[in-house]
Amino acid sequence: MTMHPILAALRKHKAGVVLIALQIALTLAIVCNAVFIIGQRIERVNRPTGLDESNLFLVSQQWVGAPSGDDAASVEKLDSLQLTDLAALRALPGVASVAPINSLPLLNSSWNGAVDHKPGDTNEGSFHGTRTTYYFSDDQALSTLGLRLVAGRNFTAADVGHQGFRDNSEPSVVILTRALADKLFPKGDALGKVIYVNGSTKPTTIIGMVERMQVPGTGTWTNSFVWNATLVPTRMDANFSRYAIRAKPGQLDAVMRAVTPALYKANPMRVLDDDSVRSFAQIRDKAYQADRGMAILMGVVALILLCVTAAGIVGLTSFWVGQRHRQIGVRRALGARKIDILHYFQIENLLIAGTGVVIGVLLALSLNMWLMSHYEMTRIPVLYVLTGVLAMLAIGQAAVFVPARRASNVPPVVATRAV
Amino acid sequence: MLAYYLELALRSLKRSPGLTALMVLAIGFGVAASMTTWSVFRAVSGDPIPWKSSQLFVPQIDAWGPKGHRGGDDNEPQDAMNYTDAMALMRDHRAKRQSAMYQISPSVVPAQAGKHPLNVGGHAVYSEFFPMLDAPFLYGSGWDAQDDAQRAAVVVISSKLNEKLFGAVNSVGKTVNIEGKDYRVVGVLDNWNPQPRFYDVVNTGGFSEQVEDVFIPFERAIAVGIPNDGNTNCSETPKESGFVGLQQSSCIWIAYMAELEDAAAVTAYRQYLDGYARAQQTAGRFTWAPNNKLRDLPAFLDHEQVVPSDTKVSLLVALGLLLVCLVNTVGLLLAKFLRRSGEIGVRRALGAPRKAIYLQFLTEAGVVGLTGGVLGLLLTGVGVASVGMVLPKSISDLARLDLSLLVVTLVVAVLATLLAGLYPTFRASRVQPAWQLKSN
Repeated sequence: MTMHPILAALRKHKAGVVLIALQIALTLAIVCNAVFIIGQRIERVNRPTGLDESNLFLVSQQWVGAPSGDDAASVEKLDSLQLTDLAALRALPGVASVAPINSLPLLNSSWNGAVDHKPGDTNEGSFHGTRTTYYFSDDQALSTLGLRLVAGRNFTAADVGHQGFRDNSEPSVVILTRALADKLFPKGDALGKVIYVNGSTKPTTIIGMVERMQVPGTGTWTNSFVWNATLVPTRMDANFSRYAIRAKPGQLDAVMRAVTPALYKANPMRVLDDDSVRSFAQIRDKAYQADRGMAILMGVVALILLCVTAAGIVGLTSFWVGQRHRQIGVRRALGARKIDILHYFQIENLLIAGTGVVIGVLLALSLNMWLMSHYEMTRIPVLYVLTGVLAMLAIGQAAVFVPARRASNVPPVVATRAV
Repeated sequence: MLAYYLELALRSLKRSPGLTALMVLAIGFGVAASMTTWSVFRAVSGDPIPWKSSQLFVPQIDAWGPKGHRGGDDNEPQDAMNYTDAMALMRDHRAKRQSAMYQISPSVVPAQAGKHPLNVGGHAVYSEFFPMLDAPFLYGSGWDAQDDAQRAAVVVISSKLNEKLFGAVNSVGKTVNIEGKDYRVVGVLDNWNPQPRFYDVVNTGGFSEQVEDVFIPFERAIAVGIPNDGNTNCSETPKESGFVGLQQSSCIWIAYMAELEDAAAVTAYRQYLDGYARAQQTAGRFTWAPNNKLRDLPAFLDHEQVVPSDTKVSLLVALGLLLVCLVNTVGLLLAKFLRRSGEIGVRRALGAPRKAIYLQFLTEAGVVGLTGGVLGLLLTGVGVASVGMVLPKSISDLARLDLSLLVVTLVVAVLATLLAGLYPTFRASRVQPAWQLKSN
C-alpha cells in the first residue's frame, strides 16, 4: 500500500490530526515523568534498611521529673533508671534481646556528624570529614537489630560506656557500616584503623563492620550519606530513652502488649502514650507514607490520562469512519479487501501517533529537565521514554482497532447507494 | 432562543451517547484531579495569618561566618538563632513586639490519682508572643512582661489540654504540674493550631500533627532547664556539655519573630541588626562583616520551602491531565459539530447568522461542561475525602471541601469546556451553506 492516499486524506482533517497528535504527545510527556516518579519512589521504599525487620519493635518513653543530665551525678541517676528498664524488659517472656538506642533507621530523628582520618583542629572550628549518622547503643545492638557483621568483632560488655545526652561523644571503639568504612579507607583495610569523631582529638578504633545500616532520616537531605552509619557502644542518658526489642518468632504482638505494664511496674513516673510502642513495620509505614502517596497519585493520573487518550482516539476515528463510509464502500467495490481497509486505518493511526510520540519525547525530556531544575528530580532514563513510546503506539493501535474493524465491515454495496 | 438551543443541545448529545459520555467523563476526571490536588496545594500554601503576615518579620543573623556556610558562595545567614544573639535582641527590644521561642516537649502529670503522666508539645515564649500573633483566648489571657522578668511559673494551655485535665471548664488560676513543678494557668487558647506552624518553621518543618498544648515563659524554661525538643544545628562542637553548654555555644536552636508596623520601622530594624552585628565584630565575637536578613513572614515561609515539592509536582501533573482532557474535548467536539455540517448548512441557508450558530454550539459545549463539572464535583468530593489515604496526616487534614472549592470546580469545568468548544464552533460557523446543500 502506498502512503500517498493516506497522507492526502490526512491533509483534509488537519485539525483532528493535529489534536490527536498533540494529545498523544502531552500524554506521553506526562505519563513518562509520572511513571518515572513512581519508579523512583518504589525504589526508595523497597531499599532494605540492613535490619532484620520482622519481630522488631521500638519503645520510646520519657521519665517525669528526671534530672537534667547536665552534671555527672544526674547522668548516673538517669543511667540507673535506664538500666532498671533494660533489666525489666530483658526479663519479659518472649523477648529475644533488647538494646537501648538513640534512633532507628526510618525513624526520622537523627544524630549526625562527621568522621575523619585526621584529629580535629580546634582553631578551624567547623567539621570536616565524611558525614555519618550515629547510633548509640550497647553490646546487644547487633543481635537485636539483626545486623550482619561482615568483618571484625561485635562490642563486648566491657566496651559499653554511658554518657549524658548532650555530652560530646569520644568513643574508643566503633563499628561502621561497610559503605562508610570503604569511603574512609577505599582500599578496604578499615578494620583496626583509627578515626576521629566530630573533630575530636581522641582516636577511635574501628573494631568491626556491618554489611548495611540505613540512616534514620528519609528526607532527600540524607541522600549523600544514606548508608553511612557509625555504631557507638554508649548508652545515652537523657530524660527520655528508646529501646529496640526483638521478640521471639511469633510473639511480637504479645510482647508489644506486655511492654507498657512492665515499664509502668518498674517505674510509674513516666510518659508512655499510644505512639510509644511501635513495631518496625509501623515505623516503615509512616516513614514512606508520603512516597507511597505520591506513587499512588501519579499512578491514578497516568491511568486516567491513558484512558482519556485511548478513548479520544476511538471517538475521533469512529467519526472519521462514519464520515468516509461512502469512500470505503467505493474502495471495497473497486476490489479492496477487508484487511486493506483495516490496514489503512491502522497505518493512518501509526502515522499520527508516530508524529505525536516524536513531539512527546521532546516534551517529556523538557518536562523532566524543568522538574530537575525546580525540584529534586534526576534525569529520566532512556528506558522509561522508550517504553513510553512503545506503550503509546500500542495503545493507539489497540484503540483504533474497533472502529477500523467496523470500517472494514462496510459492505461494497454502500458505494451504489445514495447517502 | 436559549431554551431552544438547550433543547437542540440535549437532543444532539442524546444522539451520540457514547461520544457525549466520553467528553463528560474526560472533563469530570480532568477537573476532579486538578481540583483535588489544588485543594491540597491551597491548604499548604495559604497564608496562615493573612491580616498580619506583612508585619511579621524573621531576623536572621550570621553567627557562624563564612566557614559555617555549606557550599561555597551561598552566603545565607542561619535560619535560627543561638542563645546569645536571641537574648541580646530581646534585651534591646527594638521592635513593637518580639519573641524568642524554642520548642519544648515536657511531661504533664494529671492531678487525678491513677492517671499516667502524659507528654505534651509546646513552646517557651515571651509575653509579647500572644498579642503579636493574635492568638485567640477562650479564657484568660497571656502573661505580662513582669512575669517574663520574674520567670513566673505561669502557663497558657490549649483548649484540648484544658479539656483533658480540667474537663473543659474555665481553668484560669488552677495549677498544672509540668516536669514535676506547679504552673498557674493564666490563659486557655481557643482551638489555636495554625498550619503551617509559621512562628517556628525551623523546628516544626512547617506542618505538624502535634498540637501545641503548653506555652511557658522563655526565661522560666531556661531557668528550670527544660531542654529544647526541636532541631539543634552546630558549626562546631559546644565546649561545655549539657543544656547549659548549648546556651553558651554558637549552635542555633531558637526561633525569633518581630512585629514591625511600617516601612520605616523595617528600615530602622535593619539598621539596628547591622549595628548589632558590627558591634559584635568590633568586640571580636564575629570575625566577619555584618550579614543579616530580615524577611517578612511570606518571604520566610517561601525561603524555608514550607510547601512540599511533592504537592507542587502533583498539582502540575494534574493540570497537565486537565490540559490533555481539554485537547481531547476539542477533538471530540470538532468531530461532533462537523458531523452536523448538513444541519448547519440548512440553518445558514434559511437565514441564521453566524452568531446564531455560535450561540447554538457554545450552548452545547456549555451543557457538556456543566455535566462534566457536576461529575467533577462528585469526583472531587471523593478525591478530597481520600487524600487522607494517600498523603501524610499533617497535610491531608488541611485539605477541605468548602463552598469556594465547589464553585471553582464548576466554573473551571464550564469555562474550560467553553474554551475547548471555541475552535470547533468557529469551524462550524464557517460551514458553507451552498456547498452543503449541493453535496447532499
